[in-house]
Amino acid sequence: MYTQALNTAEADDRGPEDAAKAAQFQARIDAEERIEPNDWMPSAYRKTLTRQISQHAHSEVVGMLPEGNWITRAPTLRRKAALLAKVQDECGHGLYLYAAAETLGSSREELVDAMLAGKAKYSSIFNYPTLTWADIGTIGWLVDGAAIMNQIPLCRCSYGPYARAMIRVCKEESFHQRQGYEIMLTLCRGSDEQKAMAQESLNRWWWPVLMMFGPPDATSQHSDTSTKWKIKRFSNDELRQKFVDATVPQAHYLGLSIPDPGMIQDADGHWRYSEIDWTEFKQVLAGNGPCNRDRMAARRKAHAEGAWVREAAAAYAAKRAQRQTAQAAE
Amino acid sequence: MATPNTPLWEVFIRSRNGLAHKHVGSLHASDATMALQAARDIYTRRGEGLSIWVVPSSAITASDPAEKAMMFEPAESKIYRHPTFYEVPEEVGHM
Repeated sequence: MYTQALNTAEADDRGPEDAAKAAQFQARIDAEERIEPNDWMPSAYRKTLTRQISQHAHSEVVGMLPEGNWITRAPTLRRKAALLAKVQDECGHGLYLYAAAETLGSSREELVDAMLAGKAKYSSIFNYPTLTWADIGTIGWLVDGAAIMNQIPLCRCSYGPYARAMIRVCKEESFHQRQGYEIMLTLCRGSDEQKAMAQESLNRWWWPVLMMFGPPDATSQHSDTSTKWKIKRFSNDELRQKFVDATVPQAHYLGLSIPDPGMIQDADGHWRYSEIDWTEFKQVLAGNGPCNRDRMAARRKAHAEGAWVREAAAAYAAKRAQRQTAQAAE
Repeated sequence: MATPNTPLWEVFIRSRNGLAHKHVGSLHASDATMALQAARDIYTRRGEGLSIWVVPSSAITASDPAEKAMMFEPAESKIYRHPTFYEVPEEVGHM
């Protein structure tokens, strides 16, 4: 799951909505109660979650593209089977998330169409290319690692269907990270060329992965509402720091160096990273990353090429239903 | 062109013999056969199930959350329905 950068809340309700209901709603959130689909909720809560969950779903689906790129070129049958299973999991995660988003009142088709029309975002990380086999290792280890960091607190999100979807996703995500790390470990224990491939991949992915956690707290304007509604439990910078602290020793174990010459460990044991280049992040979000156009084109092509399957399935179901009605009438 | 809607199904899975089917999520499919196949692919990739039910979401009648206080009140006040309401001397042992 990859939403941190996208989870900006709508402005709080100031409209004509019932103030008493809003107060009651907030009291339920404060009491750690889960909000369920048919419960009353402020329209901004519904809108924020619909956007966050659907963008999370789009990210899972688009996230299949960079990895799918290597399925036919995986170095062994074992790696190929694992990668295929991982990509299939990502598809499943997309579906759990779409289902959760739909409980807020938008149809699956509307959500998917919004993405294909370019009106809905997905995580910036999937706009980077997978140039070498080591990138599959790095994605599992770091991209999924960052996703886990972000998703674990979402298992306690105030919206019941989202929290439940996250629990399923988290259970499956652990396999993704471990298989990625194992790929890196194998490369790092291999030839000099293999180790260099692993290092080169880490060099390219490190900064974009740190950006996955979203803009720094000082500039992130909407976090307050999401925090108040218990959609968000930790700030972008808190999660980023947790991730860095967990990852640096893993890189050291591999014998790889973090591509940040300014990185130091402070007295409390935290690894302090250098300034992140947020212009790059903004450029990628604005559609100017290395693969934005390719990703959108691939999704649109897949959707268009699947149209005949949806039509045929609907026509067959309609024919069967008609026949059943006719038989019942006899 | 807007994509036409496909019906929604609720999925229930029985994990081991002896346990009841449990709601695990929902999916879209044109008919029951495709719903079952999709449920197998989406919800049982790691041997989670021995049996799957799929039910059209439109066939479910749900209680109204706004009326939950009234709906469940009769059970709230009847603590004598719980075994711990009754005292059994310790000498009698486990009962």
